[in-house]
Amino acid sequence: MITSVKELENVARNIRANIVECIASLGVGHIGGCLSIADVLAVLYGKHMRYDPKNPKAEGRDRLVCSKGHAGPAIYSALAEFGFFPKEELYTLNRGGTKLPSHCDMNKTPGVDMTAGSLGQGLSCALGAAIGSKLKGDGATIYAIIGDGESQEGQIWEAAMYAGSHKLDNLIVFTDYNKMQLDGTTADICDLNPLADKWRAFNFAVWDIPGNDVAEIDKAITEAKAVSGKPKMIILNTVKGKGVSFVEEAKVGSHSMNISAEQRDIALKEIKGGR
Amino acid sequence: MEINEKTLMRDVLVDFLREQMKRDERVVVIDADLAKCAGTIALEKEFPDRALNVGIAEANMAGIAAGLAGYGFKPFITSFAPFASRRIADQAMISICYAKQNVKIVGTDPGIAAELNGGTHMPFEDVSVYRAIPDILIYEPTDAAEFKAALPQILDYPHPVYIRMHRKNPPLLHKEGCDFDLMRADVLKAGADVTIVATGLMVSTSLEAAELLRKEGIDAEVICCPVCKPLDVATLKASFEKTGAAVTAENHNVNNALGSAVCEAAAENCPVPIERVGVKEKFGEVGKVPYLRGVYGMNAEDVAAAARKAVSRKK
Repeated sequence: MITSVKELENVARNIRANIVECIASLGVGHIGGCLSIADVLAVLYGKHMRYDPKNPKAEGRDRLVCSKGHAGPAIYSALAEFGFFPKEELYTLNRGGTKLPSHCDMNKTPGVDMTAGSLGQGLSCALGAAIGSKLKGDGATIYAIIGDGESQEGQIWEAAMYAGSHKLDNLIVFTDYNKMQLDGTTADICDLNPLADKWRAFNFAVWDIPGNDVAEIDKAITEAKAVSGKPKMIILNTVKGKGVSFVEEAKVGSHSMNISAEQRDIALKEIKGGR
Repeated sequence: MEINEKTLMRDVLVDFLREQMKRDERVVVIDADLAKCAGTIALEKEFPDRALNVGIAEANMAGIAAGLAGYGFKPFITSFAPFASRRIADQAMISICYAKQNVKIVGTDPGIAAELNGGTHMPFEDVSVYRAIPDILIYEPTDAAEFKAALPQILDYPHPVYIRMHRKNPPLLHKEGCDFDLMRADVLKAGADVTIVATGLMVSTSLEAAELLRKEGIDAEVICCPVCKPLDVATLKASFEKTGAAVTAENHNVNNALGSAVCEAAAENCPVPIERVGVKEKFGEVGKVPYLRGVYGMNAEDVAAAARKAVSRKK
């Protein structure tokens, strides 16, 4: 378990570098929404989640459902960083026969706990796991990451209403609130605000934090685990493309963008320069 | 429970689930505010932890079931057939089937059995939805006795199953303890001149049609085909080779359900003239089953007329 903030920041940098190498090896991908969740993945896999990379299906493990399934490369980058498979696998992204498809697939990738990609569905699946964990009494915590654009899907709120109503307090959900979606800003297209109030109204305990700050994320998860009787929502106010200037500057254009070999080198230099 | 003419299909389902839930802590049931209709409400009292009701949120029900299956449970979800199919088409496709989560989906009151709920609740497309999805098996029980024999096989089936269940009691054509194989179509009446392949409430109608045809000197074979996916092609092929003509009869749109499946199998394996009885390019409407049979051309005489036409098309 990694406890120091500095070390968690290093892990987040490694995950970011993995994301860039993974997507650049193909030349195109959902880089913006992958980079924005690198920090929460560092804190989850580095400190909070219970898992065994050598036995990724172990019963009673903590689980992570990445409902914004197009962030697959971010999940793979974290899984490779924590030993679920060799980093070289990252270069197979989206090639025919790969274990690493663009959207998360539990039947292909060691360590992926739920298939996702058709937006809005993963949170319900996380509820099923949370209910299952309570029935088995295995003490697992079920984590889910949803997108902000994804939160426009009605099923998210079906799941939210049930989780709040049934006090699924072993469920910790993160919203990657980078405030951008494919076609524009969430504010312009279909505004989510007031987002924290919405989740509170659905009987969640809510944290509304800087989402690319590992110390803040660690603190929120630690507090969330201590709350009983309610499901938890940690709103991560993130920057889409965080950590790579030209991706951040692309703004909504970073949802899926081309990454050349030259851009890869610039990005890696910038990420590693932050050490 | 002992099966008789009055046994309701939903009671067979609930009785089976109750026994399984007693034996196996992995069996869970999820409803979406229609548990009183499916009869599963009784289980909510007996197994409050494992018989869930998510409210009117079928997509969430499907997703929760997938999550539970991924956690090692054996979920059954129930709703009216339209909401257990077209309403959750994407969740059934992605969270359940594509993710390989073994969820059993029960859709009640199929086709004209929806009666007074009318067009909004009268699915002629539910089988079509599931027929387009890999791995899932589609089963429409014929009667309570067959359903009782089928349920243990459905539980053991390694993939998702869509059960298109009449809540009530269609005529009892099988005996309790019948030798039923989920993967096999069942020749109920042998014949030489034309094969009638039927499912659901059209099975008894087809037997009536065969009797009408007998009086005219046409010897019809009647095959009960409760599973249209995967289709028992071998049984159909053997029959078609013998009779040289066929009719399909179903309580569903004739497109992309039993009628289509049989035509495709015949075209690929044993081409014969085929006529399809069922709903043709129409929506549902309110009415009782006898009235609706008339609206959609689903009476025994309609099946017999189709058989005559198929026979006349033989070269």
